[in-house]
Amino acid sequence: MTDTATSGARATPARARSGRRSLGATAEAFLLALPMWVVFAAFFLLPLAVTVTVSFWEFTQYSIEPAFIFRNYTDLFDGCVEDLPYLCTTLKTYLSTLKFCAAVWLATLVLGFTIAYFLAFHVRTLPVQVTFFLICTIPFWTSIVIRMIAWIPLLGRNGLVNAALQGAGITETPLEWLLYSDFAVILALTHLYTLFMVVPIFNSMMRIDRALIEAAADAGASGWQTLTNVVIPLARPGILIGSIFVVTIVMGDFLTIGIMGGQQIASVGKTIQTQIQYLQFPLAAANAVLLLVAVMLAISALLRMVDIRREL
Amino acid sequence: MTTRRTFLKGATALGATSLAAPYVHAQEPVTLRYLSTAVNQSPGIAQRAGEELGINIEYIAVTTDDVARRVITQPNSFDLVDTEYFALPNLIPSGNLKGMDASRIDRADQIASVIREGTVDGQQVGTDGTAPFEVLYLDSADGQSFAPEPTDFITLIPTTYNADTLGIRPDLIDGEVSSWSALLDPKFAGKAAILNIPSIGIMDAAMAIEASGGITYGDKGNMTRDEIDFTIDRLIEAKRAGQFRAFWSNFNESVNLMASGEVVIQSMWSPAVTAVRTQGIACKYQPLQEGYRAWASGFGLPRTIDGRKEDAAYEFINWFLSGWAGAHLSRQGYYPAVLETTKEVLEPYEWAYWYEGQPAEQDIMSPSGELLETAGTVRDGGSYADRMGAVACWNAVMDENQYMVRKWNEFIAA
Repeated sequence: MTDTATSGARATPARARSGRRSLGATAEAFLLALPMWVVFAAFFLLPLAVTVTVSFWEFTQYSIEPAFIFRNYTDLFDGCVEDLPYLCTTLKTYLSTLKFCAAVWLATLVLGFTIAYFLAFHVRTLPVQVTFFLICTIPFWTSIVIRMIAWIPLLGRNGLVNAALQGAGITETPLEWLLYSDFAVILALTHLYTLFMVVPIFNSMMRIDRALIEAAADAGASGWQTLTNVVIPLARPGILIGSIFVVTIVMGDFLTIGIMGGQQIASVGKTIQTQIQYLQFPLAAANAVLLLVAVMLAISALLRMVDIRREL
Repeated sequence: MTTRRTFLKGATALGATSLAAPYVHAQEPVTLRYLSTAVNQSPGIAQRAGEELGINIEYIAVTTDDVARRVITQPNSFDLVDTEYFALPNLIPSGNLKGMDASRIDRADQIASVIREGTVDGQQVGTDGTAPFEVLYLDSADGQSFAPEPTDFITLIPTTYNADTLGIRPDLIDGEVSSWSALLDPKFAGKAAILNIPSIGIMDAAMAIEASGGITYGDKGNMTRDEIDFTIDRLIEAKRAGQFRAFWSNFNESVNLMASGEVVIQSMWSPAVTAVRTQGIACKYQPLQEGYRAWASGFGLPRTIDGRKEDAAYEFINWFLSGWAGAHLSRQGYYPAVLETTKEVLEPYEWAYWYEGQPAEQDIMSPSGELLETAGTVRDGGSYADRMGAVACWNAVMDENQYMVRKWNEFIAA
C-alpha cells in the first residue's frame, strides 16, 4: 500500500511535466507486475474459484453435476448443533487439528527460537552457521515413507527407547504411548517443522544491531532482561512468519498425523483425502473451503499481533 | 458432429503422423500403460511380456481407491487397467470402460468358475457383496449396465483373486484363533489393526461383529443405514476401549505393523503374510470358521483404446492367460484366471502345494528364488477348493456408500 502511494505521489509531478512519460511508467509498472499476476491467477485464484464452485455441486458415486445446493455444507455440519454438547465429527476433527497446531507451535517456537539464538549470537563464522543450517534440514533428506518406517524401531513396542528404558530399570513394561499416539504426532511434526521457525527467526536476529545488546549490557540489563526487552521484541516479525508457516502447514497436514497416529487420529486433510478417493469431490471441496476459512482466521489473528508491513 | 474445425484438426494430425513417422511406427514396440495397485505389478511379468510379445509394459502404481478414481477422472491416462470387480458398479456407469470382446479372448470359457459362476467344484460360494459373476458381463459393447446372463461383452478379465482372512503372529499369541470375532477380542487390546480403506475395513468389521453375536447382516457387502450405524457404533466402542494399535491403508504398512510386532492380529492379504514370512518372522494366514472375504481383480480396457494399442492389449491379455503369468502369480500366493494353463507351467510339486493342499515335496521358492516354505509344509488354508470354496463375502461398494464413508470418518475422528 505504502509503496503504491509513494510511487503515485512521485508520478504526479511527472505527469504535470509529461503525460506521455507517466503513461509509459504506469504501463511499465503494470507489465512488471503482470507475470506475478498471471501466475497468481492461474495457480491460485482460478483453482480456488473452481473449488468454491464445485463445493455447491451435486454428486453421485461416479459423477458430479453442476448445481447450486448447500447440501455439502449442511452434511459437513450434520449434528453439530442438535447434538451439543456432544461434538460432531467436523468440530471434533477441527478441535483435534487445533490442538496439534497449538502444541506443535509452542514446541517449534521454543526449539526454533533457541536454535536461532544459538546460530545468530553464539556461532561467529559463516561456514559454521551454514553447516549447522544444513544439519537442521536433515529431517527433509528422507522421504515420508522412510521416516515412517524409521520411527517404528525407535519408538515401537520393541523399539530402542523402550528397550533402553526397560534395560535401565525405569519402566517394567513397554510404553505404548510412544508410537501411534498424540505424543508421536507432536514429536514428528516438531521434528519436521522446527526448521520453518529457525529460518525466519534467525533472519530477524541477524538484523538486530549488536550495538543495542551492548547498550543494554552497559545500561545494566541482565542477560534475561536483554532477551525479553531487546531480542524478543526485535525478533517478533521472524517469530510471526515462522508461526504462520507452522500453523498453516499443521492445519493441512494429514500424512504425518495419519502415519504417526496410526491413522486413528482424524485430521481435516485425511477427511478430504478419503472423500476425494470416494469421488465425493463436492463434499471434499466444501471441506477444503471450510479449512481455508479456518486457516485464514488463524492467520488474521496472528497478523493482528504484529504489523508485519511495518516491521519488515 | 464433425465441424470444419475438428475436421481440420484431424486432418492435420493425420498428415503429421503419416508424413513424419511411418517407418518409426512400423518398428517401434507398442507401449501399454498398465494402471493398477503396486502389488499387482510384478516386474517379472513386464519383462517376460517384453521378451515374448515385444510389448512394453509401463506400470502406473496407485492405491486401490486411486485406481477407480483414475478410471473415472482420467480415462486417457492408461491403456490397460487392472482393477477390482467391486469397483465396477461405480466404473461402468461412467462409460469410461469398454466391454471386452469375448471372441478375442482365447480362453474366455476357461476362466475359473468361481469368477464366472460363483461356484467351486459345482458348489455355490457366498455372494454377499459384489461377487464377480454379478458384474462380469455387459449388455452391449458400450453398455453401461450389467447383463444378468453371460454375453459377449466382458467387463474385466481376471488377473488375480484370493480369499483374505486374519493374519496372526503365532509366536506372540496364546491359544488358537478360529473366528473373526478374535479381531474384537479384548484379549488382543492394543494389538489389533484394521484397514483404513472404508469399503473393505467395514466388511472385516462386519465379519468380526457378526461372529461375536448381536447382529446378522442381510448382506455384509450392502448394508442398510441401520446396519452401518450399528457396525460403526461397535467399532467406536472398540476403539475407545483401546482395541486397535493402528489402522493401515496399504500393503507395506500392514507388513510393517506385523513384522515389528506392533500388531499381532489383523485382516491381511495373502502376499503380505508371505512378505512377513520371508523376513524370517512367524506369521500365519489363519483360516476361520466363518469363511473368507474374497476379492478379485481383472483387466479392463478404456473406452478410448483402439488400433495397434487395442490389438496389443488383447495380445497381452491372451498371453497373460496362457500359463506363464498364472504360474508366476501362483508362486506369490495369488490365484490366476485360468487354472488349466497354470497347472501346465507349474512343477507338479508346486501345483500340489499351492492348489491341492498337499505337503510340499520340496522347498517352495518365490518367483525371485527366495525360500518361502521348507519341504513338508502345508499351505495355510489348504487347497484351492478349501479356500475359495469357503468364501463368505466379496469386497463391495454399497448402495449407501456415501453414508458409510461419512460414518467411517466419524469412527476415525472418535
